Amino acid sequence: MGKNISALIAGLIFGIGLTVSQMVNPEKVRAFLDVFGNWDPSLAFVMGAALLVTAIGYRLVWARSSPVFATKFQVPGNRTVDARLAIGAILFGAGWGLVGLCPGPALAAIIIGGSPAFMFLGAMIAGILVFELSPLNGRKAAPAR
Amino acid sequence: MENFTPVSASIGGALIGLSAVLLMALNGRIAGISGVFSGTLFAESGDRIWRGLFIIGLMAGPLVVMTLTGHTPAFEITSNVPLILVGGLLVGFGTRLGSGCTSGHGVCGLSRLSPRSMVSVALFMAAGMATVAIANMLIGG
Repeated sequence: MGKNISALIAGLIFGIGLTVSQMVNPEKVRAFLDVFGNWDPSLAFVMGAALLVTAIGYRLVWARSSPVFATKFQVPGNRTVDARLAIGAILFGAGWGLVGLCPGPALAAIIIGGSPAFMFLGAMIAGILVFELSPLNGRKAAPAR
Repeated sequence: MENFTPVSASIGGALIGLSAVLLMALNGRIAGISGVFSGTLFAESGDRIWRGLFIIGLMAGPLVVMTLTGHTPAFEITSNVPLILVGGLLVGFGTRLGSGCTSGHGVCGLSRLSPRSMVSVALFMAAGMATVAIANMLIGG
């Protein structure tokens, strides 16, 4: 119960942050990526402020023995850079640059973005499904019945 | 450098950081949107409801801002339909293959100095910047 309410509140704060910072506006994002043209560096401040708060906050949190509503902190332990990571990041960056939406804003923009936002989210879900239903997902195939 | 908005950008960024810290402090989880969202369908069954609620909260964010300020947040998109569809496919597939996006690698991963996240962020930033530069060249933007 606590776990679910805390997730709802954390999600809401995240969505408000994306809106206030204008990460939900595709042209604002593309103007940030347009370093060789009419560059708008605003979104570097989004990343900078988020990193500052998270870097300090995580360290304070990890000084405790466990989270409030769970038994342990689940932090990825994999530190190996591989081709999947690199190719995935490049494909993601290309899509981000084409439209100006990454996954958080694509979800948050659904209420304000009309049909373009719906089309993008639909295509994004299709991309997720292609990955998750392919052998690339890393899970063992379901046993035959 | 028109439309430079460092103050609202910093406030919004701090809220995103606060959300990431809360999710770690309370639930012990990384606030990576692509992973949280994909897990609403593909995580183990007991691990799905909190993900769905996080996403519902995220989607309600703009509504709260609209209610408080009385203004609809700006949403301008110039890409045509084929580009929107290709972009969405690339973002969905790429973030899963690369195990994260702007939030999971960008905010959560960099803040804990993960080498994978440093490489991911450098590559997706470079790819995004190159894509915008090439697109602008082709359409003469």
